[in-house]
Amino acid sequence: MIPLPAPKADVLARRDEILAGLRALVPGDGVITEPLRLRPYETDGLSAYRQPPMAVVLPTSTEQVAATLRFCHENGVRVVPRGAGTSLSGGALPLADSVVIGLMRMNRILDVSFTDRLAVVEAGVTNLGITKAVEGEGFFYAPDPSSQLACMIGGNVMMNSGGAHCLKYGVTANNLLGVKFVTITGEVIEIGGGHLDAAGYDWLGIITGSEGQLGIVTEVTVRILRAAEGQRAMLAAFGSTEVAGAAVDAIMASGVIPVALEFMDRPCIQACEAFAKAGYPLDAEAMLIIEVEGSLEEQDALLARIRDICARFDPISMRVATSAEESLAIWKGRKGAFGAVGRISPDYLCMDGTIPTGELPHVLRRIGEMSEAYGLGVANVFHAGDGNLHPLIMFDANDPESFRKAEAFGADILRLCVEVGGCLTGEHGVGVEKRDLMPVQFNPAELAQQRRVKSAFDPDWLLNPAKVFPLTDNPLLAA
Amino acid sequence: MSAVPDLAPRTEEEVATALRNAAAPLAIEGSGTLLGMLRPVQAARTLSTRNLTGITLLRPQEMVVSARAGTTLAEIDAALAEGNQVLVPEPPDLRGLMGVPDAPPPTIGGLVAANLSGPRRITGFALRDAVLGIRFVNGAGEVLRSGGRVHKNVTGLDLCKLLAGSHGTLGVITEVTLKVGPAAERTATLVLPVADEAAGVAALSAALTSPYGVTGAAMLPAGASANGVDGGVAGPAALLRLEDVEASVTYRMARLQQLLPAGRVIEAEASRALWRAIRDVAPLAPGQEEAVWRVSVRPSRAAGMVAALRDGIGARVMLDWGGGLVWVAGPASAEAHAAVMAAAGAVGGTFTLFRAPDPLRAAVAVIPPEPPALAALSARVKAALDPAGRLNPGRMRAGG
Repeated sequence: MIPLPAPKADVLARRDEILAGLRALVPGDGVITEPLRLRPYETDGLSAYRQPPMAVVLPTSTEQVAATLRFCHENGVRVVPRGAGTSLSGGALPLADSVVIGLMRMNRILDVSFTDRLAVVEAGVTNLGITKAVEGEGFFYAPDPSSQLACMIGGNVMMNSGGAHCLKYGVTANNLLGVKFVTITGEVIEIGGGHLDAAGYDWLGIITGSEGQLGIVTEVTVRILRAAEGQRAMLAAFGSTEVAGAAVDAIMASGVIPVALEFMDRPCIQACEAFAKAGYPLDAEAMLIIEVEGSLEEQDALLARIRDICARFDPISMRVATSAEESLAIWKGRKGAFGAVGRISPDYLCMDGTIPTGELPHVLRRIGEMSEAYGLGVANVFHAGDGNLHPLIMFDANDPESFRKAEAFGADILRLCVEVGGCLTGEHGVGVEKRDLMPVQFNPAELAQQRRVKSAFDPDWLLNPAKVFPLTDNPLLAA
Repeated sequence: MSAVPDLAPRTEEEVATALRNAAAPLAIEGSGTLLGMLRPVQAARTLSTRNLTGITLLRPQEMVVSARAGTTLAEIDAALAEGNQVLVPEPPDLRGLMGVPDAPPPTIGGLVAANLSGPRRITGFALRDAVLGIRFVNGAGEVLRSGGRVHKNVTGLDLCKLLAGSHGTLGVITEVTLKVGPAAERTATLVLPVADEAAGVAALSAALTSPYGVTGAAMLPAGASANGVDGGVAGPAALLRLEDVEASVTYRMARLQQLLPAGRVIEAEASRALWRAIRDVAPLAPGQEEAVWRVSVRPSRAAGMVAALRDGIGARVMLDWGGGLVWVAGPASAEAHAAVMAAAGAVGGTFTLFRAPDPLRAAVAVIPPEPPALAALSARVKAALDPAGRLNPGRMRAGG
């Protein structure tokens, strides 16, 4: 288990006084302190780690967020920002002496302009909620993390979330125009707006993906895009992961960039097929799901080209969807991949490293060897076009030794990702999960530089402590 | 303009040594194309990255290129062309706009430091979005990396974004790794005569809210022209570019022509030449005595702002990014600058004084003044990367 900093004794000693102060700032039922009602907030998508906070505050306005942060700063209270709590890396894990600021009650859509192709929304609007608000006019919000039904745009900004379609449309950072940002001292700052590329330092860029280390975002201006006329998927199955990897390279080099290019290995295909009955080829070692967009004739032209490329790699089978329904069926298995693995293993850890795509066969072979050495199963599903791996490590949470091994296996995979020129996390964030692996990717001077930037925003390290940065050499966060 | 920099290190380690040994602040530049932009730097000596040259990684199938900071844009474009690829944000060569047509060609480090993007910015990717990784030397002379060479990476704070657009005030960029995209099989442009800016922006907006994947949406006002392109393209005209595989461009051009009033279509090299001119802001053609501003606004607010500036200071303009990017040429005076500031502010936009005589640049806010909380944050972030204030002092704001 990854250690957390010791609670601040002076804060725990003043608990009643602090809770009374919070209640004065956020009236009604906006402050939660009863143990039973704190339970839903004790963990996020990384459910192996649980810790109830001292209190949860649910503000309904930017002013309340600012007042709460100002109060916490004045009282030296640690703050953990939270959206929907879907982080897979423990980004929203509370500390015993912390106040969780949950943004789910800030869920209004404030402005939509189709002419200017933007929407202004509060941080607690769900990712899919933005698309729902604009799809009547044929628009959508592009980044589509698997959790898009639940996850909130404020959390997406903090984690720089990706999704299956960022190969064409980019990640959260590429789809933002502005944010309303609240500092730890309760100052409200407007960053960007309805226009592109504000002058001055790129505050939007450094805030995006900062995992709650720099401040809290309460409003977001996103780009909305007109959807393509249609989309269609195809499936290509191969006899080895090497060959499938080579096919990915050939597609990417061909000049036809699909909107999505997903890769599943044998264990994942088997699990998904058992779960979703999507008609996946059970004799394949690897399978690609490739999606293109455009009018029907454009889809035909693009799929014909991709089919021709795949055909050069001796596929076991190929299936081009002939209808929107068939495309959905092809996607059904992929979208249910995590649930499918959940059915064959009591628990799993979802890893998230990225590698240069050329390293794919090598990395998959090494992961297979590690799987044997640790005696734990692994299913691989990932965004092949951009090399973002999601190995699902299967273990039994009731067996501490199994969990310990799973964490060690995951860490080995991430070290391998860095070794071949990649990184620890492509879209899930460092959180608490990968915090102590940061020195694998960054040298001490690089980590110190990032810490100094963090300190420029949050000198007392009150914002989302114990995430992203190792605790070592940090007197403010002694374990 | 410093024709010969005082320091032009040949290696990253030499850059680090120069910064560690620097007793006084340094002006940081690439090839010097953009020295007339923002404020004049208050430093006696100049350090240029122009001798840090060479492409260090080129992997077409991974869609990535790495190059040392002093590598010219032209060299990178040529290397990418061999693999049929391009830099998606199409960063510009602004030597003409800056009035230094004979300066050495722009370097990739300088372009990233200024975060300059061309017409394809409208598809969602600024140059800062294409930066996957960066190597830089901070003000204390430490060699540091951020990001990497893979397309998806959220590990740690994204210092790449902070460095891009910081104009050499937070670190000296020594090498960048950029995401690249496929070169289009076919490119074609629809040229639509329009009555004025309001009609022009409306046409651009109609195209950009269509499902047809427009990759360039610019407007030449009355009096502006792109010469030498297919017999010349004269304003007022809206310009809409499609770039994709053959079948898609054919199909979508037909659809755009159904959606919009009649226009003429420019193909292939003529289309590419037209967009190079737009990219480099050539149609604005400012006089030697004129100042140039870059204003970014919500597209729907551009036409009103242009009308106000035309009435107020006799401004000439060129529009890109669907009308959201307004290049303004006008008198190089404090009054004109105040008028541009006010006009941009009135519509919630942002501005940069892009080119002006030194005394004017030194006297005014060349970018919007930050509110106190943000100004304090700027100062602390600057100190976090350049504690002794050695890098480009005064470039972005007085005293900072």
